[in-house]
This record gives sequence, C-alpha cells and structure tokens, in this order.
Amino acid sequence: MEPILKVEDINVYYGSIHAIKGVSFEVNQGEIVTLIGANGAGKSTTLNTISGLLHSKTGSVTFLGEDLGRVPCHKIVSKGLALVPEGRRVFLQMTVQENLEMGAFTQGGKSVDADLERVYAQFPRLKERCNQVAGTLSGGEQQMLAMGRALMSHPKLLMLDEPSMGLAPILVEQIFDIIRELHKAGTTILLVEQNAQAALSVADRGYVLETGKVVTTGTGHELLESPTIKKAYLGG
Amino acid sequence: MTFLNFLISGISLGSIYAIIALGYTMVYGIAKMLNFAHGDVIMVGAYICFYAVSRFNLPPLVGVILAMIVCTVLGMVVERLAYKPLRQAPSLAVLITAIGVSYFLQNTALLLWSSNPKVFPSFFVSGSGGTGVELFGGQLKISYVTLFTIIICVIIMLALTWFTGKTKMGKAMRACSEDKGAAQLMGINVDATISMTFAIGSGLAAIAGVLLCSAYPTLVPTTGSMPGIKAFTAAVFGGIGSIPGAFLGGLLLGIIEIFAKAYISTQLSDAVVFAVLIIVLLVKPAGLLGKQIREKV
Ligand SMILES: Nc1ncnc2c1ncn2[C@@H]1O[C@H](COP(=O)(O)OP(=O)(O)OP(=O)(O)O)[C@@H](O)[C@H]1O
Ligand SMILES: [Mg+2]
Repeated sequence: MEPILKVEDINVYYGSIHAIKGVSFEVNQGEIVTLIGANGAGKSTTLNTISGLLHSKTGSVTFLGEDLGRVPCHKIVSKGLALVPEGRRVFLQMTVQENLEMGAFTQGGKSVDADLERVYAQFPRLKERCNQVAGTLSGGEQQMLAMGRALMSHPKLLMLDEPSMGLAPILVEQIFDIIRELHKAGTTILLVEQNAQAALSVADRGYVLETGKVVTTGTGHELLESPTIKKAYLGG
Repeated sequence: MTFLNFLISGISLGSIYAIIALGYTMVYGIAKMLNFAHGDVIMVGAYICFYAVSRFNLPPLVGVILAMIVCTVLGMVVERLAYKPLRQAPSLAVLITAIGVSYFLQNTALLLWSSNPKVFPSFFVSGSGGTGVELFGGQLKISYVTLFTIIICVIIMLALTWFTGKTKMGKAMRACSEDKGAAQLMGINVDATISMTFAIGSGLAAIAGVLLCSAYPTLVPTTGSMPGIKAFTAAVFGGIGSIPGAFLGGLLLGIIEIFAKAYISTQLSDAVVFAVLIIVLLVKPAGLLGKQIREKV
C-alpha cells in the first residue's frame, strides 16, 4: 500500500541542539499510527517538522506523493494535513465559533456552515459555548475546540500531539472515543501520546522514539506485549 | 461655554491621536514591535497631499487619496525591507531599526522638501467662505476641520471594528496577533497579514497627517514626530494592542492636553499628559482596556 505520509531521514536542530537524529517512518492510508517516547524524545518536534513549523536539514517529508520540503507552512493545511498542536494553542481571545472559522480558513465560503454543524454535532459542548471566548473554556473544552478546529479543514491526515494532556480520565476516554470514530469515518491519524497504554491500544502501528531516534517499531499489539516497552512506558 | 469649546477641541485633537494610535496598536498587536517610524509616515502623507493640492492644483480629495496610496505603499515597503528580515531578531534590534527608519524618513523629507515650513492649505471652507458653524449666538464656534476630524475618526473606528470582528481577513489578523504558529497551521499567511496591517496603519496615518495639518497648518519634516510620540502614549494609555483602547486613549489624551493647556499652563501641558499616563500605568499596568488573559494548563 502506498503510504499517505512518508518521513525519511529527517534531522532537526534547535540552534546547536540536535533534537531529531535521522528519523524515518511512514503512515498508510486509513491507519492510526502512534509515536511514543519519554519527555524530550522529540515527538512534538517531529510533528512540527511535518506540519512545516520547523524544518529538517536533511531527508524529506512526502505527503500524498508531494515533497513538503518547499511548501510554506501556511499552504500545508490545504493539502489535507492538520495538526492539533501540543498545549492546544486555541485562540484564547476569540470565541469558540471564531476559532472554528479559523480552522476553515482555507475552505471555500459555502461549506463552512455545514462543517460547523458537523463539528458541533461531534462536540455538543462546543455548540453550547459557541459565543464564549476560548480563554474562558475549561482545559478539556479547549482540547475539544482544538480538535474541532483541525477537523474544520477536512484533513486526510490528522496529527494529534498529546490530546489527553491534563484531562480527567473520563475526558481522556471521550477523546479516544472520538479518535476511534474519526478513524472509522476514514481519517488517517498520527497520534503522539504520553499515555502509551491508551495510544497503543487504539493504534494499528507504533514507533518508539528515544532521544531523537526511532528505537522500536511494531503493531500496537506487539508493542503492548513487548517486555521492554512494558518496562519503560507502561509502568512495569 | 469656553469649557465646551475646550472639550470639543480636545476631542478633535484626540481624534487625530486616536487615528495615529490605531496604527501603532495594530502593528504592535500583530508584529509585537513599536514602529517608531509611524509618526513620520504621517508627515510624508501630509507632504504628498500638500504638493498634490498646492502645486499640482488637484482637488483635495484626490490629494488625500494620493497621500493614502503613497503611505500605504511606503508602510509595506518599510516593513518588507527593514522589519521583515528582523522577524527572529531580539526586540531591541527591531526597536533601534524603527528609530533608524524614523530618522531616515525625516532626513529624506529634508532633502526632498527642505526645512522651509510649508503652509498647509485649508480644505474645510464652505461655499460662502465660512470656516465653521456658530452655535448659541456665536458663543460656541466649531470649525469644519474639528467637526470633520471627529466624524472621520468615528467612521474609521466603526470600520475597523467591523473589519476585525466580522471579516475573514480581520479575524485572521486577530488570530495572528495571538499565536503566529497556530495561525499558520490554520493556513493563514502570516507574512501577508503583517504586511496588510502595516498597509492599513500607514493608510490611516496619511489621513491623520492631512487632518493634523488642516488643524495646525505648518508643515516641516519633523511635523510627525511629536504627534507620533503622543499617539504612542495614547496607545499605551488605552492598552497597547487593543483597538478600542487606542481610540479611548487617543481621545482622553487629546482632552487632557487641551484642558491642561487651557487651565494649567501651555508649557506644562505635555508634563501633565505624561504624568496622567504614569498614574494610569501604575494603577493599570496593561493600560485602560489592555487585557491579560492567563493560559490554562
Ligand atoms: N524551542 C526549543 N529550543 C531548544 N530546544 C528545544 C526546543 N523545543 C524542544 N527542544 C528540545 O528538543 C528535544 C525534543 O523536544 P520535543 O518537544 O520534541 O519533545 P517531546 O517528545 O514532544 O516531549 P514531551 O513529551 O515532553 O512533549 C528536547 O530535548 C527539548 O529540550
Ligand atoms: Mg511534546
């Protein structure tokens, strides 16, 4: 199967800090792939590089057959690649509805209303708060908003950077349910999580990152069963 | 009645400050920089309008439009050449560059147009030669310039509120001012948005230049610097980054300045203005309408 996203040998630096050291992996159409790893392993850096916020010194990122290396960051979302960034980064001084409209920035004018309805149906809580300023939402509501905002652009590949961060267990459950639903509806997902247990149990495949390198890969099930992974990421 | 007279001229002067302050505050909001050359764009706008009308005998409206076009382009060119290469640089470097641009514009004006003061033509004269309306049997006199300035300022304020609140580009601008990275993820072209902000601010500066010189008709290459600094003060006063703040700050500053001149002392008026600023900032460090939203974790 032709991969929808192919990352080949990327090296990313923050000044003199070498954060990503020759990472390669791929995501196939319709899969959920997860990247797991300890704090500072380079998961967010990898996602930010794919979405064009950061740049790799070497290698390439290919999405649907197109090299993203020369595509400016703001053109990437219209190609069907959306990132829900770490820490949500919703526009705090804008209303819920305005945030969602920003998600549809690259979409033609007419479909926006239908998309709003679709996202509100998925996150009824957001509909209740549609005129509330995002800065006054709770953390979980902000996370829903960040996901809803990304969904406004009809992504073919949705990248989620720690969507369960700081959420109560019941909300984490909800977020993972949404991920399963999106997957069922045909969205390909690249998921970064601290919660390796939950991530691996929804994922088709996973990659384990350690200090900027991919050290292990396998199906979600294989990684869940692997003794070394259990020890390092699943609490024994 | 004199009180009312002073109040009206205060509002009028404040309206000019407000229009300039809008340029400061929008650019600060989005590029997070103080564009100290903004005041000099006002001066350029006034010169363009002066030459168009006095030398080339064009109608005033054409002069104003010409000034707006030139200033809009000037603002975008300055941003592209001087500020854009410094996007990642420390803010002090950007600040010094802005001061450099300010001197560059002043000295270019000196070369082009010399230091001889130009007398700005008066546009606001009625068919019968009157320069204003008289109320209460002549006790209250409001000049057309004053009236016009206030009206223009209100129109600009309403237009900008509509633009930032209702249009797609305006909302994109607000998104950029909050988080450029997230804005890019939405597909917003941040560079183009910053450029557009400079364009709008500079276009407004041209209008402010014409209004300023219509009220105080002596035009020299340093005409823009003092009103520029005052308007910057007004922007900080109202809460820099906030559009209604710039409006409120500008108006209050103009009123305080005129009242201080009238009732305290002409020489001390600026000192009073800045003293009020300091007191406001001591009580409300973010300015009158400045917001501080804390992030959720
Ligand atoms: N802006 C930055 N400047 C310098 N170094 C950075 C920057 N951002 C990240 N790093 C470094 O790059 C490495 C990878 O960081 P990254 O944020 O990708 O980790 P992560 O795997 O997402 O971790 P976490 O699970 O804590 O989010 C870390 O060592 C970090 O210190
Ligand atoms: Mg991270």
